[in-house]
Amino acid sequence: MKYLCLVYLDQENWSACPDPVCAAYAQGLIDNDRLIAGEPLHPVHTATTIRVRNGQVQLYDGPFAETKELLAGFYLVDAKDLNEAIQIAGGIPPAKYGSIEVRPVRQLDLSDAAG
Amino acid sequence: MTKRELDTAPIQEIYRRDGRRVFATLVRLLGSFDLAEEALQTAFVAAAERWPQAGVPGNPVAWLVSAGRFRVIDQLRRQRRMTPWSDAAEQIDAMPDGASAPDERETVEDDQLRLIFTCCHPSLSEEACIALTLREVCGLSTEAIARACLITPTTLAQRIVRAKAKIRDAGIPYEVPGTDELPRRLARVLRVIYLVFNEGYSASQGEDLLRTALSSEAIRLARLLLELLSEPEVQGLLALLLLQDSRRTARATAEGELVPLDEQDRALWDRATIAEGCALVRQALRSGRFGAYSLQAAIAAVHAEASSPEATDWAEIVGLYDALLRFEPSPIVLLNRAVAVAMRDGPEAGLMLVEPLLEGGGLGRYHLAHAVKADLLRRLERPVEARVAYLTAFELTQQEPERRFLVRRLREIGG
Repeated sequence: MKYLCLVYLDQENWSACPDPVCAAYAQGLIDNDRLIAGEPLHPVHTATTIRVRNGQVQLYDGPFAETKELLAGFYLVDAKDLNEAIQIAGGIPPAKYGSIEVRPVRQLDLSDAAG
Repeated sequence: MTKRELDTAPIQEIYRRDGRRVFATLVRLLGSFDLAEEALQTAFVAAAERWPQAGVPGNPVAWLVSAGRFRVIDQLRRQRRMTPWSDAAEQIDAMPDGASAPDERETVEDDQLRLIFTCCHPSLSEEACIALTLREVCGLSTEAIARACLITPTTLAQRIVRAKAKIRDAGIPYEVPGTDELPRRLARVLRVIYLVFNEGYSASQGEDLLRTALSSEAIRLARLLLELLSEPEVQGLLALLLLQDSRRTARATAEGELVPLDEQDRALWDRATIAEGCALVRQALRSGRFGAYSLQAAIAAVHAEASSPEATDWAEIVGLYDALLRFEPSPIVLLNRAVAVAMRDGPEAGLMLVEPLLEGGGLGRYHLAHAVKADLLRRLERPVEARVAYLTAFELTQQEPERRFLVRRLREIGG
């Protein structure tokens, strides 16, 4: 199964985790065929939120939701089950400073019933 | 009594005794809680048709598992023929092949453990685990669980549906954790059982019987777990539940008034339950691999074996609290230890330990901490300060029996 591990950090700890440490962990996941994709993100002041209403594209400066901990990066991993995904997420270096949300990836429903 | 009623009695007995074991195995074979529930019902319908004539098979559990599994798969195959792109095809393909089953008895026991560990997975909230365990492991109806947990059946049903959806969609595996993960995972299972017990134990006599029945259900769960997994902390938890339960009738009056431990009529304590609890504690402590539940049980055992509050070995209890602090360094444990110290060395010594817990020790808003302080002041014959502390405790609790108890104390000191 695929799981998306979302890394959340507050402003204070945004840079607490050195990049080489994260790179080394990602490399370990690649070596074990666990990492499908993973990237760090620029801080939220660089975010643009987009909505389409009545055919019009509307832009907003800033992230979708203002929260204390903000999305700082992601790892898309391939794991046997939730237990393995939790184990991988627990090893993600920023887990010590922020939170990692683990979400199972679903398949698009392409059956007739779903239209 | 008609002949038919006579004939279905053994089926009802088997449903009561083995229904959840059959269910646990069906979850593994069908890979879904909902399909397993359907298969379980179908299997018992089939049994009710066949057994009165053909007799109860030698191994009814195996019969029910295979009947339920066969019928549900058959039904899915038929649906598949009608709607070729439905989930049915995928569901059938994803089903594990049950043909290569090893030792059957062992497998059935493993399945029960799988079910318990899945229902108590730490990625589910504690309240979801409680609901799911009572529904799927104990087989209680959603109505019964809702009434016992004081929530509406709709809320409870939603909680269970969400938890099952998470198990399915998030890929929570149906397995017994390996030895490296076992201690952490077992801790959650034990906590869920303990919470179920307390849910029932906190209910007063006058309340719904279903609520107090939760305590017996928790004891049954702990017994089942111990049968399946002989770990010292499981013994410790079962011992703790038994020892607390042994005081059930003594801890409140017929009118629902709380009776503190030192005022309880010890003749009302259930001796047989105490003996069983004490034996379990000894086994757990002898193993050398015990934890917080075993130590709490040991403390309960020292109380249980004392003929009066004065005859209690308070030094032993203080020592056990010291050991407990290593596992659970919480202010609540410190508070309980302070009470034991007060009994061993006098109220002055206890008060010196309680006061720092109230001021900056994290228990300033905890009513029992103020009640303890009030009690120590009362014993020191300082009624004015005791009164202030009793009133603070009163303001901090919403529970009616606790409030009535505090009012009684206030009256005793002339407040």
